[in-house]
Amino acid sequence: MLTVSGIHTFYGPIEALRGVSIEVRQGEIVTLIGANGAGKSTLLMTVCGNPQARRGAVNFEGQDITQMSTHKIVRLGIAHAPEGRRIFPRMTVLENLQMGAYIGGDEQFRKEIDRVFNLFPVLANRRNQRGGTLSGGEQQMLAIARALMSRPRLLLLDEPSLGLAPMLVKQIFATIREINEREKVTVLLVEQNAFHALKLASRGYVIVNGRIALSGTGAELLANREVRAAYLEGGAH
Amino acid sequence: MPTPVGAALRTALKEAAIAAGVALIVALPLVGFRLIDITGGVSIQTRFDWVVYGVAVVFIGRLGLALWRELRIPHARKAGEASSLAIFAEQIAAFTRQYSLYFGIVGAAFAFALPFMPFTDQYILDVAITVLIYVMLGWGLNIVVGLAGLLDLGYVAFYAVGAYSYALLAQNFNLTFWESLPLAGAFAALFGLLLGFPVLRLRGDYLAIVTLGFGEMIRIILLNWQSLTGGPNGVSSIERPSFFGYPFTAVAPEGKTAFHELMGLEFSNSHRVIFLYFLILILALITNAFSVRMRRLPLGRAWEALREDEIACRSLGINPTNTKLSAFALGAMFGGFAGSFFATRQGFISPESFTFIESAVILAIVVLGGMGSQFGVVIAAAFLILVPEFGRDLAQFRMLMFGFAMVAIMVWRPRGLIAHREPSMRLHPVGGPEAAKAGS
Ligand SMILES: Nc1ncnc2c1ncn2[C@@H]1O[C@H](COP(=O)(O)OP(=O)(O)OP(=O)(O)O)[C@@H](O)[C@H]1O
Ligand SMILES: [Mg+2]
Repeated sequence: MLTVSGIHTFYGPIEALRGVSIEVRQGEIVTLIGANGAGKSTLLMTVCGNPQARRGAVNFEGQDITQMSTHKIVRLGIAHAPEGRRIFPRMTVLENLQMGAYIGGDEQFRKEIDRVFNLFPVLANRRNQRGGTLSGGEQQMLAIARALMSRPRLLLLDEPSLGLAPMLVKQIFATIREINEREKVTVLLVEQNAFHALKLASRGYVIVNGRIALSGTGAELLANREVRAAYLEGGAH
Repeated sequence: MPTPVGAALRTALKEAAIAAGVALIVALPLVGFRLIDITGGVSIQTRFDWVVYGVAVVFIGRLGLALWRELRIPHARKAGEASSLAIFAEQIAAFTRQYSLYFGIVGAAFAFALPFMPFTDQYILDVAITVLIYVMLGWGLNIVVGLAGLLDLGYVAFYAVGAYSYALLAQNFNLTFWESLPLAGAFAALFGLLLGFPVLRLRGDYLAIVTLGFGEMIRIILLNWQSLTGGPNGVSSIERPSFFGYPFTAVAPEGKTAFHELMGLEFSNSHRVIFLYFLILILALITNAFSVRMRRLPLGRAWEALREDEIACRSLGINPTNTKLSAFALGAMFGGFAGSFFATRQGFISPESFTFIESAVILAIVVLGGMGSQFGVVIAAAFLILVPEFGRDLAQFRMLMFGFAMVAIMVWRPRGLIAHREPSMRLHPVGGPEAAKAGS
């Protein structure tokens, strides 16, 4: 579904991605783990065309999207919930969700709102509350819900468990599974919470300094000694 | 160990001394010396007594203010209370918010009835027209600044483009007001696009500087393009408005019927003023209806979202450049309409009417009104136009009052008089698609 082949992404002179290749197949949950500054967010952002890869290619459902602008890529059925929630603080929950359905318009909004409220009942109760006044966990749910409003086929999630209490982390991961299984949305997930992410994912990649260092199924990576040492020891649970 | 009062007094004295020092530096050249005409030239008159009075007033005022603040803040913090004035202001704002629809209807009804009130004379109508022009400009700029969050310091440029478009179209091509109005709006919007295209990738302060420069550029072009615009002399004897082709004159020109003949009335000068009043009232209300409607449309919501978080917007499929451009162009268009109206009302325009101070006043209206608040703009416009108007007798102190009012608002309502964003949609009942439809 999504093929990233040998991309190099730069911020000015800084080379954040140095030849990264990954693949995400239809129906999978694929996770990217790696230390701070490894380039995980940059990879998701490059898939969305902001910034664009200087070399290499990004292919979505057979279409070359490397040079496309973000707003066009998003229209192809990719949704990106960027790092740090980035909800609209002065807008209500409902308005935030409405922005999520921007491409499809009001018709799309009416079609998807119930589905999203079903996944996130908390949001239904807070529909008229301003985004900025939601709790951190609620904001995170809103960010995911907003991304789902466009009914994407591929959902890019950047650290959805950031700053959440363990209970909520579990809940978020359960919801991601539900989105994947029931809603048939393919998910590419960036996580610091390697344990949960690898348990959930069908496959995973470990990214170190802008390069893919390891890849394998979730179970394989969970069992891997280096992965355990670098990302799991003392971390999860 | 100084007592709390002693410490407060020391802080206050220090602040007062600094303020007095600044006042002295400013007042000495500005107030202390004065050029006067005497036979055979000019001479300098000194007014040091005035300087002393002024500095003393500043010192005492600052001392009082600082003492008041120093001595009451600890209690206020403890009780978590604001000053009574701030509470009062907040109550008024809450009240207006709650009844904003009601206020809108009453306000509009009053506006429509105003020309027929017994106390209304031509002067009041004239002032009301000026207020309405600024209300309209405020609402127009509110699209750009309040909704889309783009700081535009050169809005007057579009006002000028609209005014000159109408004036020149009427003069050179004999177009009537109604024929030129859409053209003037289109020209202004076009200028908005021309300016917006290269600069909208700039952010915040940079955008402000470039738009400021653009405003001045337009004015300077108008000043120097003598052959087209008449330079500093401006354009005069601009076609006055007619009632859909029936002129407001005592004697109708050849082959035409004057308005009063059409209506079977006595001729009166006030007919034209009343007509102008309704014209600008309707233009302003159209601007308002447009922005209110826009906020509920995807494009308008995208403006607001863009102001809050551009990156998030991009990942939701919004094209930031086009979205900002549309806000800029539409805001400019309403500036252009207002400009046309200004030209037909004055009958004479020159670059002098379109200086930076106009941009500043319009921006102040938007900011003081509480960015994005439609009703706030009306209050702020009325306030900013009426205060100098009624302060005319105190001409010397006009700017002083203006300044004081600005400071007062910034102290008590730092986010604008009616700083409150109404959600563009609500869903009360727990419900599905039907409720969503009803709510939006
Ligand atoms: N806008 C930017 N300008 C310059 N450098 C950047 C920019 N964004 C990211 N970088 C750099 O690129 C590298 C990769 O950053 P990225 O945000 O992709 O890391 P990450 O893996 O998501 O880290 P984290 O887990 O902390 O979110 C870092 O060294 C970062 O400093
Ligand atoms: Mg990151």
